[in-house]
Amino acid sequence: MSAQSARRKATNAVVATLASGAAILSLGLLASILFTLVARGLPALQWRVLTVSMAPTGEHGGLANAIVGSLIQVAIGMLIATPIGVLAGTYLSEYARGSKIGDATRFVSDILLSAPSILIGLFVYVILVATTKTYSGIAGAVALAVIAIPIIIRTTEDMLSLVPVALREAAAALGAPKWKVVTMIAWRSAGAGMLTGLLLALARVAGETAPLLFTSLGNLNWSTSLAKPMASLPVAIYQMAASPYEDLVQLAWAGALVITLGVLAINILAQLTIGRRR
Amino acid sequence: MTQAALPADSRLATAQPTRLVHQSPGTERLFAGTVKAMGLLVLALLGAIIVMLAVGAWPAFRTFGIGFFWNPVWDSVKDVYGAGIMVYGTLLSSVIALVLAVPLSIGVAYFLTEILAAPLRRPVGVVIQLLAAIPSIIYGMWGFFVLAPFLADHFILDVADLAAPVPGLNKVLDYGSGNSVFTAGLVLAVMILPLITAMFVEILGATPVVLKESVYGLGATRFEVIRHVAVPYGRRAMIGAVMLGLGRALGETMAVTFVIGNATRLSPNLFAQGSTIASTIANEFAEAGFGTMKLSALLGLGLTLFIISFIVLAASRALVAPRAVS
Repeated sequence: MSAQSARRKATNAVVATLASGAAILSLGLLASILFTLVARGLPALQWRVLTVSMAPTGEHGGLANAIVGSLIQVAIGMLIATPIGVLAGTYLSEYARGSKIGDATRFVSDILLSAPSILIGLFVYVILVATTKTYSGIAGAVALAVIAIPIIIRTTEDMLSLVPVALREAAAALGAPKWKVVTMIAWRSAGAGMLTGLLLALARVAGETAPLLFTSLGNLNWSTSLAKPMASLPVAIYQMAASPYEDLVQLAWAGALVITLGVLAINILAQLTIGRRR
Repeated sequence: MTQAALPADSRLATAQPTRLVHQSPGTERLFAGTVKAMGLLVLALLGAIIVMLAVGAWPAFRTFGIGFFWNPVWDSVKDVYGAGIMVYGTLLSSVIALVLAVPLSIGVAYFLTEILAAPLRRPVGVVIQLLAAIPSIIYGMWGFFVLAPFLADHFILDVADLAAPVPGLNKVLDYGSGNSVFTAGLVLAVMILPLITAMFVEILGATPVVLKESVYGLGATRFEVIRHVAVPYGRRAMIGAVMLGLGRALGETMAVTFVIGNATRLSPNLFAQGSTIASTIANEFAEAGFGTMKLSALLGLGLTLFIISFIVLAASRALVAPRAVS
């Protein structure tokens, strides 16, 4: 074996060692996060967390109002975002190929996709909170919708672009008008992929904290009124984790575990939706 | 598809458009109009965001001038504001995050695509994608309760001791606290690590097998194949992935707010408490009433962040970003 060949093999071995080291370090860090989450969250995850509303320290509160508030805001946010995102994504894929407005819309959607979520919170604050002079659940839902829309647009467009042109042409050749080709051929073929996009958007907004801080604000009491400040799980976690009281911090970890499990479950569901299609 | 089941002969014989076509011009226009309206709505949405931030920030810009973008002043008592301290903290913590996360991500991606046993690659890849989906507030809590105390006990004092005799370096690595710009950068690094790694794995895996095999056939080692074939092949996409990670780090709120200390003063010391644009907005918004100068200054901070993240997006598009979701 020549000296050069030995050196090349040595380099290869060194790089392999470094890469393995990087993998072990990275997985160790991420394992530390998951371990902390389970070790601190699981003991605190008692039944009352799901059944009792938030309470001051020492009063054995739970997170029921925050969980319900999160569910309401996420559900309304997705109800607003889904039609807008799906139809705008359809526009980009089916109607705006090569058009200037289409390119502009796609660019704008990309900007929204990468915009920091706290800015969306500021925007909704200015249009819905500053004008009505009150923080409200509906403002939180709108903020979440604005975050979900570009995600849905992106996946809808990507999934529709995977539908074979021949399929569309076959339908068009049968005399089907374009709207029928789109709704009955393209949407149906891309359905599973589009659903995955919706699930990913759902998982993303369910864990968002920053845009809710000054839109729905949070609420210590049970409230399902959309016109009033509404609690949400991420904001409740933020407030309690930053508090100096040990019982509230424990509750925050329980909430963190709940939200992580929820988000991961939705993501796994999304993975399965893709997997089933392949 | 029900139309396909209709008897075809009648339509062929008459060679006329089907009844469907006659029925639907109105519906067609309605549908096309609706989808276009939604596209335009998205265009208007971004316009509205920019206009609203700019209008809200206008009083601050009128009072403090264009210097608001870089003046390192944030004094709630005297009501004098500038974004300098936060811009510095935002850029510094994000740069620290990239410097730490990118080499690690490359190493992990290399490990996942080349070294790990083939049957394990897909499951581990899925796990990394799941980790990228964990809400950022979890990273913030971990940083606050685990990482910051650990750094305070085992890292910062030792490093500062080592750096103390070195002029210059002892200003950058001075004695400080567990909650610092450095800790924020570290938490951001851990947060964007799965994100960048997942994209790197996808990019390295997209290298045509023929290309790699032909170089293996010439007797190249694994490392040489990655270094001289896969990386050049996916270089633009990899740069795009890094820029995407940078964009995420720049605008991150929760992971940073927990651990940066939220001090509004400028310090060259990495171990000193600091603040980013996002952490300042999250932290001080509650104190800013409707119509105050402080609120306007916070919206000005938001506009500044928007400009920074737009520049990063534009740069990454110029370098051809990968189309990745989540």
